[in-house]
Amino acid sequence: MLVKIVVTVVGVILIIFVNWYFLFSRRKTAQAALRESWFQEVMIRVKGGYDPDVIVVKKGIPVRLNFYRDETADCSDTIVFGDFNIRKPLPAYKTTPIEFTPEKEGEYVFTCGMGMLRGKLIAR
Amino acid sequence: MEKEDKMAKDVVCGMEVKENQAAGVSEYKGEKYYFCSLACKKKFDEAPEAFIKSDEGEEEEDDEGEHHPEEKTKPSAEKEEARQDRIDLPIVGMSCASCVQNIEKALLQMRGVTKAAVNLATEKAKIEYIPSETSLEEIKETIEQTGYKVLKVPPEEELEDMERVVREKEYKRLKRKFLIGLALAVIIFLGSSTHWFPWIPDFLSNFFVLWALATPVQFWIGWQFYRGAWGAFKHRNADMNTLIAVGTSAAYLYSVVATVFPSLFATAGIEPKVYFDTSAIIIVLILFGRLLEARAKGQTSEAIKKLIGLQPKTARVIRDGKELDIPVEEVLVGDEIVVRPGEKIPVDGVVTRGKSAVDESMITGESMPMRKEAGDEVIGATINKTGSFQFKATKVGKDTALAQIIKLVQDAQGSKAPIQRLADIIAGYFVPIVISIAIAAFIIWFNFGPKPALTFALLNFVAVMIIACPCALGLATPTAVMVGTGKGAENGILIKGGESLETAHKVNTIVFDKTGTLTKGEPEVTNIVSLNSLSEQEILEYAASAEKTSEHPLGEAIIRSAKAKKIEPSDPEDFRAVEGHGIEARVDGREILVGNKKLMENRGVKIGDLEEKAEQLAAEGKTPVFISLDGRAAGLIAVADTLKENSLQAVEKLRKLGLEVVMLTGDNRKTAEAIARKAGIERVLSEVLPEDKVHEIKKLQSEGKKVAMVGDGINDAPALAQADIGIAIGSGTDVAVEASDITLIKDDLRGVVSAIELSKKTIKIIKQNLFWAFFYNSAGIPIAAGLLYPFFGILLNPIFASAAMAFSSVSVVSNSLRLRRARLSP
Repeated sequence: MLVKIVVTVVGVILIIFVNWYFLFSRRKTAQAALRESWFQEVMIRVKGGYDPDVIVVKKGIPVRLNFYRDETADCSDTIVFGDFNIRKPLPAYKTTPIEFTPEKEGEYVFTCGMGMLRGKLIAR
Repeated sequence: MEKEDKMAKDVVCGMEVKENQAAGVSEYKGEKYYFCSLACKKKFDEAPEAFIKSDEGEEEEDDEGEHHPEEKTKPSAEKEEARQDRIDLPIVGMSCASCVQNIEKALLQMRGVTKAAVNLATEKAKIEYIPSETSLEEIKETIEQTGYKVLKVPPEEELEDMERVVREKEYKRLKRKFLIGLALAVIIFLGSSTHWFPWIPDFLSNFFVLWALATPVQFWIGWQFYRGAWGAFKHRNADMNTLIAVGTSAAYLYSVVATVFPSLFATAGIEPKVYFDTSAIIIVLILFGRLLEARAKGQTSEAIKKLIGLQPKTARVIRDGKELDIPVEEVLVGDEIVVRPGEKIPVDGVVTRGKSAVDESMITGESMPMRKEAGDEVIGATINKTGSFQFKATKVGKDTALAQIIKLVQDAQGSKAPIQRLADIIAGYFVPIVISIAIAAFIIWFNFGPKPALTFALLNFVAVMIIACPCALGLATPTAVMVGTGKGAENGILIKGGESLETAHKVNTIVFDKTGTLTKGEPEVTNIVSLNSLSEQEILEYAASAEKTSEHPLGEAIIRSAKAKKIEPSDPEDFRAVEGHGIEARVDGREILVGNKKLMENRGVKIGDLEEKAEQLAAEGKTPVFISLDGRAAGLIAVADTLKENSLQAVEKLRKLGLEVVMLTGDNRKTAEAIARKAGIERVLSEVLPEDKVHEIKKLQSEGKKVAMVGDGINDAPALAQADIGIAIGSGTDVAVEASDITLIKDDLRGVVSAIELSKKTIKIIKQNLFWAFFYNSAGIPIAAGLLYPFFGILLNPIFASAAMAFSSVSVVSNSLRLRRARLSP
């Protein structure tokens, strides 16, 4: 009986942890650096995810995101910004710049080719 | 967040630098100076006075200089009439604004360079130069001499090649791993199933031997799953690697414990069993699925690769009277280019000399070679078949039709179809939820399941983890959009994006602009009626001669028709245009009138029987033109804008697809209806002023219709934009039509049918994909969790779960690839 209680409690705790960790925990946020007062730039490392994966930018100013893909794993071989009609291959061990201008305030999700790895661009 | 840093100004280049982050610091006369780079520091150290003095005075100018990299014009550059070229060069090695000034200075000192603007942020130099005075090579050399490097811009093609090499390598590695894994998994499977294979030697079923065999599969062949899962975990992401790593690890670890401490199980009353076969087979199967998927995914972007591969590399231009082979990037607008039979035409242009037939199938999808002679447009990347010719380049580099097509298709393939939204949302939450379900299944089976509860709980946990397939969900729409837009491009149909593709399949009303879209847009002679002894030839000859110098469209149509019949009109004497009525002229001493009924009446010419004939022709939508010789009616010529060859067929097919076809025109009702009848169109909106076209589209939309508008992209732009789907047709080399959602390169209305068919097919494939992806998951997960067990005693073996998972994404991608073979109307 005791074993059953222990298994149940541990299981429920695991479920709570999994959901908190993957869905609700705080993520690393990065503010894009303003360059030359007219464009903003962020370096992003791609390895099993995007680091940083929440990027804050100013609206109306061109953004350049430099994606450095630090792996060969299939999953991250494409970056997709659906809201900006961008779908670009990220060659392994190379930096690929993605450029666009978020004209409106809002949150723009970016993902890998299959939508598994995700990050968020917040324009303010 | 950031702590306040003290800022200092780099006196060499004027840039603001944080004192604690400066690349260099120098002391001079007791002052500290901070620099953005060592280059600036070095300059300062060499002659500090120069910078301190000039600092104050030049401040303003400096500021202007870097923050707004305005183009600097060489003051000495006289107003050059000579042809200029512009080029963007990527430069590396610039660290601050002084580098910018160095390069600009060096460039502007060059002969032939008229403008130079270097931008530190984009690391690019914009240069304008006169090609006859300097060359790209010299410019590059100058920049390199200044101490910076000009980056060779890798053409897209090379980038693609690099990508392909990496992919091939990866694929080979995966394949090797898979084959070794397969061999091991087969042995493990045989060793674990001695009840089916009694001939297997006993030692193979020993737990320790199985453990030894399963370990390399788990940690060498399956290492990528661990690596991927850990990478994702660190980023608080969970993907399919997480599911596979956790699932197989659970089976593997359970088996290890059963192997090493069988007594633990014995005391709990469970027979110790191992599941090394489960973990090994799952890993090998999923690897196999990935192999197939990688192969298939490569094919989805084949269309764009083909387009990129079409780009010509060299061009033979005539400069200073000599033929030169130069790289295609250096061809300038206005260059005369020579093309021999069998060669690729390097850029877009207009033929100036020679005749040939050109195969344009790669761009327009038209399979018949097109005849080209002086004045005709040629498209870069098409192939010259028969003769040599010379042409003048009108569009080069990024402006060529091919470059624009590539850009358009790339954008389209990257865009999202709205239908995907739900799948996207689900994909984001998918994995954590699956893990939760798996754990819940474990708890329930462990607490309430039949004996041996631990075994059931474990197997169901693994099955749930393994069957869930987020990949199929993620791949369902994008792969179909990629293949669909690519297929379109191959057939000369350029679709702007996933959204256009999706809207196009809902269209139920299609509006054609008349002139230039349904019709050729050029009036043609359709009938010749002779009243007396004159032959039709003679009537045409007199009329053409009288009209020879006329610029009226009807006159031009008559002359064209005469020339087509090999009649050479003679020169008229006393030519006089009668405004709004026609013309009068003297040809071979005979007084000729060519014009409308009013003209004849004014001049007292009796038209008699011709009137009836004229009315009849007018009812057919034609314009009758009367001809009189020496004051007596001689005959009439009817001129009309005729249908394009394929209009009737296109309209018929569209109606078969269930669409309502509408014609929109500024013509009067009679003419419009006559043409519409010929094209097989029932609903006609006539006498619509150009500016009211938008309004008519709106009216149709307010009837609740999804409207596609087909027009020429220039005059019809507002109506194209207003329609749910704007289809711009046959604009030759100008493919980037802003207002349209779909652009047809070929001037053939059947392309409209193909576009609609393609969109319907693509959406059908997407729906199938989404259905299967949702079905796999929504049906697979509950079965794997054991939901059917209490009722039917059905449980899903984790090995079957992994097979389902491995093939779900493969099946989705393969389904999308079916579009490549889809048959479209020509």
